[in-house]
Amino acid sequence: MVFLNFFISGISLGSIYAIIALGYTMVYGIAKMLNFAHGDVIMVGAYVCFYATARYNINPFLGVLLAMITCTLLGMIVERLAYKPLRQAPSLAVLITAIGMSYFLQNTALLLWSSNPKVFPSIIGRGAFKLFDGKLSVSHITALTIAACIVIMIVLSLFISKTKMGKAMRACSEDKGAAQLMGINVNATISLTFAIGSGLAAVAGALLCSAYPTLMPTTGSLPGIKAFTAAVFGGIGSIPGAFLGGLMLGVIEIFAKAYISSQLSDAVVFAVLIIVLLVKPAGLLGKMTQEKV
Amino acid sequence: MTMRRLINLKRVEARRIYLTYFIVILAYVICQTMSSTKFLSSSMRGMLVPICAYMVMAVSLNLVVGISGELSLGHAGFMSVGAFSGVAAAILMQNFIPFAPVRLALAMIIAAIFAAIAGFLIGIPVLRLKGDYLAIVTLAFGEIIKSILNNFYFGVDSGGLHFSMLTDTTRLLKGGRLIIRGPMGISGIQKISTFPAGFILLIISLMIVFNMVNSRSGRAFMAIRDDRIAAESIGLDITKYKMIAFVMSAALAGAAGALFAMNYSTIVANKFDFNTSILILVFVVLGGQGNMLGGIIAAAVLTILPEKLRQFSDYRMLLYAIILIVMMLATNNAEIKYFLNRLNPFKRKETEAE
Amino acid sequence: MKNKTKYVTIPSQTILPERDASRDPVLECVNLGITLGGIKAVEDFNLTIGRTEIAGLIGPNGAGKTTVFNLLTKVYQPTTGTILLNGRDTHGMNTMQVNKAGIARTFQNIRLFKNLSVADNVKAAMNNDMRYGLMSAILRLPNYKREEIAAHRRALKLLSIFDMQDMADVRAGSLPYGAQRRLEIVRALATNPSLLLLDEPAAGMNPSETAELMDSIRKVHEMFQIAIILIEHDMSLVMNICEGICVLNFGHIIAKGTPDEIQNNPAVIEAYLGRKKEA
Repeated sequence: MVFLNFFISGISLGSIYAIIALGYTMVYGIAKMLNFAHGDVIMVGAYVCFYATARYNINPFLGVLLAMITCTLLGMIVERLAYKPLRQAPSLAVLITAIGMSYFLQNTALLLWSSNPKVFPSIIGRGAFKLFDGKLSVSHITALTIAACIVIMIVLSLFISKTKMGKAMRACSEDKGAAQLMGINVNATISLTFAIGSGLAAVAGALLCSAYPTLMPTTGSLPGIKAFTAAVFGGIGSIPGAFLGGLMLGVIEIFAKAYISSQLSDAVVFAVLIIVLLVKPAGLLGKMTQEKV
Repeated sequence: MTMRRLINLKRVEARRIYLTYFIVILAYVICQTMSSTKFLSSSMRGMLVPICAYMVMAVSLNLVVGISGELSLGHAGFMSVGAFSGVAAAILMQNFIPFAPVRLALAMIIAAIFAAIAGFLIGIPVLRLKGDYLAIVTLAFGEIIKSILNNFYFGVDSGGLHFSMLTDTTRLLKGGRLIIRGPMGISGIQKISTFPAGFILLIISLMIVFNMVNSRSGRAFMAIRDDRIAAESIGLDITKYKMIAFVMSAALAGAAGALFAMNYSTIVANKFDFNTSILILVFVVLGGQGNMLGGIIAAAVLTILPEKLRQFSDYRMLLYAIILIVMMLATNNAEIKYFLNRLNPFKRKETEAE
Repeated sequence: MKNKTKYVTIPSQTILPERDASRDPVLECVNLGITLGGIKAVEDFNLTIGRTEIAGLIGPNGAGKTTVFNLLTKVYQPTTGTILLNGRDTHGMNTMQVNKAGIARTFQNIRLFKNLSVADNVKAAMNNDMRYGLMSAILRLPNYKREEIAAHRRALKLLSIFDMQDMADVRAGSLPYGAQRRLEIVRALATNPSLLLLDEPAAGMNPSETAELMDSIRKVHEMFQIAIILIEHDMSLVMNICEGICVLNFGHIIAKGTPDEIQNNPAVIEAYLGRKKEA
């Protein structure tokens, strides 16, 4: 039963990673860039949600919605100002710009909201479901996180495969030039990808801080790096891969904390990543592309 | 045909190399004079050694990122291996070698060897991967090194050397000294790093990297970077050359780590985290990949900049971020570049000719 | 001939039986084949190339010509068959080892080291001839200088075959197209191959450039006395320069023979022009 408890909290943490990883993987798939500022968008989302609910007593779900809108706009603005001018630039230059953007968001947050940690109120209280005569306790937020992740996954998959915009996104990730010739507005599609990824980051931020209630300007960095790892783990560019990678990373992390050592849990997570990449060099669900000679 | 003729053939490259040495030496002489005539503020004087260390880091990372064309996001890991092994070695040698400069030099060599070993062990799995996957695995190794060093205990007593992981189980005898104390790192370090030592390390690093780049190994690094398949087709051993570059880069980073650490009385593993790796990468990219002088200048400017922005207090890191973004946009966006070139009277002709 | 290794001779595979091929072949392919993505890209490829033969590999687009080169150089590992190079089985070798064993190639889509100078492109290919170690390079020891000067001289000499010695300092990526193709040949030659594979060396060249290229290939052949296989769509080049020609269609060899025989072979004409309706 203890094992099951750990497993559920692992899945819950993994769900958060998965939602963040979706943002990384979608942006990578379409813009071929690692958006390092993604982790900080999570933090912004969490702050917006915090101020909406704790200061202005807005309904928590409206607060999340507000955070989503803010982050969506933020993602689009960041893309427009910092990344779009560098569409033709070498990928390393874009990477450094993204890092600059990450510093920018962190320090803006520092100025606006100070470095004092805020205690984030859970968006649905601290209650728990008791199962098996109370032997297994699943907190509401854990259940909500897992449910949210599943819903997001299904909706996003349907969006990508069924809608016209989703198809445009897939076309752009295959070949931007060809997509443009087919009449797809590549810039708008990339902007849309950033918007969706950032909106999801806001959800992840609210869920993350409900489960781990300390909120600081640097809150987003470590989950950001871990989710990025999760995206690579599952095969970067692949949406099911991000989902799978996120869940596995969460479970491995919780188990490593529980059974190996809490100090070394990060090391274990990264070690597993390395082993997976050695066996499958393009991640679990990634496609190996062979260069044409 | 003489060697001079050979060098003449590459005069553009050669000129750049001599310019690099010249500027580094000139900067050293100026800083040294200013420092001895008390012209330099004490905070600036305290930054001279770290700046040297960061410059060496930039040069060494440039060997991997600029010359070999692989993105490494865990370079600070090698720096920390060097810092810890170098400082530990210096502490162990304290009683045998009283003369500090010799001890520092030996410590840096030992640091370089340890970091090179780490680089070799990490290189075996890492260099089998490509592109972004390689980058993420270097990041992972950087984090693993940090976690391990955060949980590593190492001490010495009359019975010899003892180490343990996670908790301190070294059980040192009386009179023994616990050197590395897990998350507390190493404290009570003798500050034996000096600005001249940093300068010498930088010059040696530059010599190693420049001479390597202009040899058959360097040609192999760059050939593999430009076209892996073609490089294989002319019989270049990809794994071997990638490994040489990676290990050499790790060794230089290790020496820089030892230099850096012995400028402070305490070091902890968390000092060498992902952000430090990124900081060094920023030096390299901002200075221009493969351009050693650029990396060195970027390292100096970006280390001094936050200090100089101190008057803006709370806004300084924000300004730093904005400067970073604007510099990347200015150097990489075609329209902005064109605009800047038009403003520059010396370059105007070139632009119009194009 | 230095190489005293025993080799198997299968006379039926030679393009031209009267040449020295059957006695001392540089290359023998037996039942070579590969399946790529479920499709048999090349099948039952049997070919023997004589020590100093110039052979042409022709066929319509998508016939599998470049795939054959990729098999020979182990860019792809063959699924079936054997490749004997100088009588040695290349099974289990990778691209680098095959090059060391004596095959050098050029690429259809030019693959130069764009950011290196022309001379450095050639010298990079001489890497395995050089002996000095890392320490000699870092400390600039005498053997470093000696070998570097020798390499540079040899690079200029090789470049002069194609009249490119004056371009030694130019960045390879900024060379004109024709010069890039020629540089690829020089780079391949610098590895001392016994078999040179040229993948469409005349692609994108105008007739006068092609004529010059033809002369250069003949010159290389005479100077180095090596075997050359070339893939080419320019029939005048192929018919003029090649002693034997092998025609590939849909991954199969449909004809082998002298240029004259090939020109009159009905199967070849059919492959290129299609079948006559009434026939």
